Amino acid sequence: MIRLFSGEGPRSTILALILIVIGLALAFAPFLFPGVRALETAARICIFVVLAASYDLLLGYTGIVSFAHTMFFGLGAYGVALASTHMGRGFTALGVGTLAGLAAAVALALVIGLFSLRVRAIFFAMITLAVASAVTVLASQLSAVTGGEDGLVYQIPRALGPAMRLDLEIAGVTITGKILNYYLVFAISLALFLLMLRIVNSPFGRVLQAIRENDFRAEAIGYRVVRYRVTATCLSAGFAALAGSLWAIWLRYVGPGTTLSFEIMLDILLMVVIGGMGTIWGAALGATLMVLAQSYLQNLMALAAGATEALPILSRLLDPDRWLLWLGVLFILSVYFFPTGIVGRLRARAAR
Amino acid sequence: MSVQSEGAPAHRPTFAALSARDKLAKSAPFLLLPVLALVGLALIGTWPTWLTLTVSGLAMGMMIFVMASGLTLVFGLMDVINFGHGAFISVGAFVGISVLAGLGDWTGAASLALNIGAVLAAVIAAMAVTGALGWGFERVLVRPVYGAHLRQILVTVGGLIVIEQMIHVVWGPDEIFLTRPEMLKGVTLFAGAAIETYRLLAVVVGLVLFVAMRLVLRRTKIGLIVRAGVQNGEMVEALGYQLRLVFVGTFVAGSTLAGLGGVMWGLYQEVITAGMGEEMMILVFVVVIIGGLGSVEGAFIGALLVGLLQNYVAFLAPKLALVSNIGLMTAILMWRPEGMLPVVRAK
Amino acid sequence: MSEPILTLEGVETDIGRYHILSGVDLEVPRGQVTMLLGRNGVGKTTTLRSVIGHWRAKSGRILFDGQDITRMPTPAIARMGLGFVPEDMGIFSDLTVEENMTLAAASGPLSPKRRDRIFAAFPPLATFWRASAGTLSGGQKQMLSIARAMAEERRLYLIDEPTKGLAPAIVSTMAAALRELKREGASILLVEQNFAVARTLGDRAAVMEGGRIVWTGAMAELATDAKLQSRLLGLSVEGV
Repeated sequence: MIRLFSGEGPRSTILALILIVIGLALAFAPFLFPGVRALETAARICIFVVLAASYDLLLGYTGIVSFAHTMFFGLGAYGVALASTHMGRGFTALGVGTLAGLAAAVALALVIGLFSLRVRAIFFAMITLAVASAVTVLASQLSAVTGGEDGLVYQIPRALGPAMRLDLEIAGVTITGKILNYYLVFAISLALFLLMLRIVNSPFGRVLQAIRENDFRAEAIGYRVVRYRVTATCLSAGFAALAGSLWAIWLRYVGPGTTLSFEIMLDILLMVVIGGMGTIWGAALGATLMVLAQSYLQNLMALAAGATEALPILSRLLDPDRWLLWLGVLFILSVYFFPTGIVGRLRARAAR
Repeated sequence: MSVQSEGAPAHRPTFAALSARDKLAKSAPFLLLPVLALVGLALIGTWPTWLTLTVSGLAMGMMIFVMASGLTLVFGLMDVINFGHGAFISVGAFVGISVLAGLGDWTGAASLALNIGAVLAAVIAAMAVTGALGWGFERVLVRPVYGAHLRQILVTVGGLIVIEQMIHVVWGPDEIFLTRPEMLKGVTLFAGAAIETYRLLAVVVGLVLFVAMRLVLRRTKIGLIVRAGVQNGEMVEALGYQLRLVFVGTFVAGSTLAGLGGVMWGLYQEVITAGMGEEMMILVFVVVIIGGLGSVEGAFIGALLVGLLQNYVAFLAPKLALVSNIGLMTAILMWRPEGMLPVVRAK
Repeated sequence: MSEPILTLEGVETDIGRYHILSGVDLEVPRGQVTMLLGRNGVGKTTTLRSVIGHWRAKSGRILFDGQDITRMPTPAIARMGLGFVPEDMGIFSDLTVEENMTLAAASGPLSPKRRDRIFAAFPPLATFWRASAGTLSGGQKQMLSIARAMAEERRLYLIDEPTKGLAPAIVSTMAAALRELKREGASILLVEQNFAVARTLGDRAAVMEGGRIVWTGAMAELATDAKLQSRLLGLSVEGV
């Protein structure tokens, strides 16, 4: 069935099984894992899968290294936040905000994409870093508009709020607006993810891969590399913005810390690389792993840190705040030993 | 030996003289500095304020130069992008400040000699540690990915994350505040304005370093090898030089300088955090980009431009401070997409 | 008959996916000039680069003065006394002529005697001594490239197309300098497309075709046999 949508399956039974498990877990999350925390994690996974996949479109398929991806995420989020703040609660606000964010992101991506042609790839990576940090600072400083460091809090349609309760109970869980909100997030995330799969497995996607392998050759064959790169950049930005809008709808809060921070950029980078660049499935896997780790690994580490209190260095290494250390180590190891990520490894095994 | 060859004039060749236009083009980057300074003076108006801001800007610029010079040389010579450079800045700062804290008697004394001695000790310790760290970093992380830019970026970012976290493990999660040594506190009267003593010191140190680097690059054989290696590493090897060793040496020098920059910056800000190196990297990258990858002179001018601009704009229109650097970068790239003084590579 | 200074045995070198050398067997005798000839693309440059180590031979052996240098890193090979003059000259354009020469004299400062010999052979280098090497003309750059090889005593010179694209006047300067080296008893392996130059300088000739040596012998033999020239080098029967 996945083949129907994407034309290219996971190519590994283990991978397919893992993905199915993830998919089912997310689809029935409110009922399988009752509780606020679990639902938050599930929603976060949905959105970051889309965000990571959009980054994979850029990094893995087009071969462009950019550190400004969170900018587009932020544009989508702030779009919804600003619309809801100024237009009042309602689905219209959400719609307008999402579209505005999307338009802004694509426009910005166009400008950046065209600018990147004037400079070398290495320059481009560094420039995106500088630009991203400037945007973050800007968002904090233009507090009149963006709410500054504190961000914006706004209302979303009542139907999606936790206060709304339906007289309906499934598997012992009362259906609230929050759960409806979750399913909105889940459905749209799924749709976006499948759409991205479709794109990378279409002729367009294949040309992108050809360009990534050897752009001189692609140009020689007749493909206007510039056009493909810019289009891919815009698509990537668009999906990121949509993910941002969903994030804003779910959290009912938007601030520089939740959308534009460099931590998030690093997270996405880690997700895509550890999962497997240039596979889209890898982004899904990586995002799930990372979000679960962020939410639950820290608890484990706290236990371990407590248990090793006698050995201060060990205890400090296992301190839950140091989870990024271990992720960093995993990241480095994966660049060396799993350059194709977990997905690549699983596929290699399946091929044998 | 009798060799008659035509086309070898005995007189001074005149075609080698550049036209006025070319001369201007070559020196344009250097001229940007006084131009910016004058524009600043015009906009700021008052001499003492301008002087204070200019010295601040130059001090900041010098420190950024110290941090950026290693990075640009490493890229120029080895074609290696080190996104983890900021880690050396942070580590240098923490090691240096720790040493300084340990020499409390020296820093508290009202003796310039003891104060400088303490700072020197801190600097030497910082440079030793970051040099060693740089050596390890090159061996373990960078060497396996020579020639693969994408993997270099990824791996060095990973290295940055890990080292930053290790700073937390060793020194704890909080930022560390510090005060400057006794004689370096306060202000000095200089040309009609009250300038922070430390900033004057920073400018002097930066200048000395720049001159020293230029001398090494231009007057010593190793400098010759590095400059030639930036252009054509293969040929340098064919002349019998072990370029690999030069690479490692350059990388270590770069990380050492970053450590020095970290200590200087820490003393400037009077607070250090594990993420400070990462934060500085934005400006370092801007400097390296506008200076031209591989050019020490370019990094010098770029750093001073960034420092001056940052300080002027912070005074004139505070909200635009960081964005102004992006604007500077965009403007310069529009003018010269490879940076102001890019190095010509044979490849 | 003394040992050859350089021996290649069955050397195969690939560049990426392309087989360039498919088994090169070559002996370069001591104290003589050996010309490596052949059409464009047969692998002459690749052979030189395999010897100096810029490209690793996939299989086979390379012996320099009896020592196996097949797997040696380039700097070590160079320090054994190989002077390499590459096809693209390898001039460091940002450095001055003097600096280029200083670098070339790796084991110590450039001796004044050598420097004067170089000035005598290539007067423009004296004129441009302090000038940036990037401002030199093509011919002058080529002079500098060879001068660098002459900066120190070398046991073997590997020279790749020193007269390519040069005006006849400069070609004769080059030829004279190379003759001088030869007079001093240097061993030279020279790749040269210009057969007129090759025949006057070379003692021996080795012709390459399809990545291997297809003919070796005395230059005198090749120079006087127009039919052989035509077959091996595709030269017209008049023999240029």
